[in-house]
Amino acid sequence: MSKNGGSDAYWKANVRMIGVLLVIWALVSFGFGILLRPMLSGISVGGSDLGFWFAQQGSILVFLGIIFFYAWRMNALDREYGVDEE
Amino acid sequence: MDQYTLNLLFVGASFALYIGIAIWARAGSTGEFYAAGRGVNPVVNGMATAADWMSAASFISMAGLIAFTGYDNSSFLMGWTGGYVLLAMLLAPYLRKFGKYTVPEFIGDRFYSQTARIVAVICLIVASVTYVIGQMTGVGVAFSRFLEVENSTGLFIGATVVFVYAVLGGMKGITYTQVAQYVVLILAYTIPAIFVSLQLTGNPIPALGLFGSVDADGSSVALLTRLDQVVTDLGFNEYTAHGGGTLNMVLFTFSLMIGTAGLPHVIIRFFTVPKVSDARWSAGWALVFIALLYLNAPAVGAMARLNITQTMWPAGVQGEAISVEDIESREDLNWMRTWQQTGLLGWEDKNGDGRIQYYNDKASSMEETAAANGWQGNELTNFNRDILVLANPEIANLPGWVIALVAAGGLAAALSTAAGLLLAISSAISHDLIKGAINPDISEKGEMLAARISMAVAIAVATYLGLNPPGFAAQTVALAFGLAASSIFPALMMGIFFKRINNTGAVAGMLAGLGVTLLYIFLHKGWFFIPGTASFSDADPLFLTIKSTSFGAVGAIINFAVAYFVSQATEEPPQEIQDLVESVRVPRGAGAATGH
Repeated sequence: MSKNGGSDAYWKANVRMIGVLLVIWALVSFGFGILLRPMLSGISVGGSDLGFWFAQQGSILVFLGIIFFYAWRMNALDREYGVDEE
Repeated sequence: MDQYTLNLLFVGASFALYIGIAIWARAGSTGEFYAAGRGVNPVVNGMATAADWMSAASFISMAGLIAFTGYDNSSFLMGWTGGYVLLAMLLAPYLRKFGKYTVPEFIGDRFYSQTARIVAVICLIVASVTYVIGQMTGVGVAFSRFLEVENSTGLFIGATVVFVYAVLGGMKGITYTQVAQYVVLILAYTIPAIFVSLQLTGNPIPALGLFGSVDADGSSVALLTRLDQVVTDLGFNEYTAHGGGTLNMVLFTFSLMIGTAGLPHVIIRFFTVPKVSDARWSAGWALVFIALLYLNAPAVGAMARLNITQTMWPAGVQGEAISVEDIESREDLNWMRTWQQTGLLGWEDKNGDGRIQYYNDKASSMEETAAANGWQGNELTNFNRDILVLANPEIANLPGWVIALVAAGGLAAALSTAAGLLLAISSAISHDLIKGAINPDISEKGEMLAARISMAVAIAVATYLGLNPPGFAAQTVALAFGLAASSIFPALMMGIFFKRINNTGAVAGMLAGLGVTLLYIFLHKGWFFIPGTASFSDADPLFLTIKSTSFGAVGAIINFAVAYFVSQATEEPPQEIQDLVESVRVPRGAGAATGH
């Protein structure tokens, strides 16, 4: 695999992963936290509903998961495609 | 020891610590001044970023805004954390690979144009100065209460302290100072929250206590159910319900998110880690340390709202309101009298019945009750949102040392962010404007001097504008985020992800985004924030239901669109720029950053 071809595939893999993670990012905050909250109103969480929890705490916890997952996966991808820092 | 001495002691000791660290870590070369010589571990860097990030807006102001509005202000929580996801995936690793010191430097090189660099400097200064005004508001509120001085005197003391360690220490001083500040501010936020959560719900973890239960009239009820009940009984909006406009809430959240990722003083942090892979971890660690405060913030807000309501209605909302005599004499209500002196809390017995009725006099549901009981309007006439967190330990009757600790924490939050912002402003002026455009032959010494002078000027301007702020601390800061969102974030992101964006497109995009957003803010908040010059208000905004604090999201969309279409209509960027974009996309070959 040529160096250029390698980094092209690497970039495509990166963009694909970012795309998936941004969908999750938007789903928990704008989705569950705001727009889809009425649909989650049946699930009660300590005096309110699941949407309220996502808006106040849940989305923050998911954000943390996303960032650490991305850092871990990308650092592995760097090595896989041979573009890591020596 | 009385409260005043205790406050002085805690605030004084924490200041001595920060200044001591700043002097111990005095910066030598320009490289160290801007980016701490790039030797900062990701966990340490994450902690410093968290302190840098969590300002008076997060610490002093946010929980108060959540407390009095409820669910709708969840935007602050999601917005100010969600931006880190964007930062970690869309900006930080590539900017670290690029390896220069400042944000305008990247924009100038990527868009191969001095004009782009200068436009970026302007965007950066507009957003950062607005941000510092918000910090100065917080500093003023904190000092006016704890040192029992005038608001303006508090501002001047705070400005002097920021100046001393920002100027002496540079980034290295600030990195280690900010680790110390993080420790102080997180303890100061969490300890009173734990006390209050234990008192109300018996749960030592406030974030869980929010969804726990309280004792009400002898039976156990969920805290949020109880809160919804008492606030609706007084005619206020249900705490957990969505009361305002959905469009505005979505745009506000979005604006805060992309603003987070576009603020230069946060981005500059990711230049200080040794490697590209560390830049990715750093964003995660920063959010860990931020989440420790943000997960508890909604609990602090909700519990304080419940405590305040119970203080005003000691016999329950169906019983008698608190008497004026109690407020003026009871030892445990001392906090009401001291805050009244600052002018940030006020009450007035309008109907002369010797009691202070706190309710929503604008709600039609309350008209009947008010008429039947002879109430003539809400008598808790003023409750500044920015005092809630600072007054919280007093409202809950916590020991004096906790109150003093909160004072030190609030100041740590405000000062650390102000220092980080001043660094970003000064490096933009000295490094990008003077060395980059006006006088490229300036000596290292001359550059350092210019950086220090521009810091002093920025502090003076922000202090002056901080005397007359356009809103509560977090609202002013939200405006700064809108400005960063509409100008810097789109340029950076497109610069990395879209090779086709050329210099004309980027410059047109930034100018359009910043211009429209600034215009919208000035129309609603007054020209240059001068009171009385606004043509519209956020209660009845110009465009749909979008408030000036949410407009940054619209500005960003305009920026993206203008940059895209202008670039399509003009020539492709040269080959070497396309190669540059290729190279920032892969980590291999990231060396130490250079200033040239």
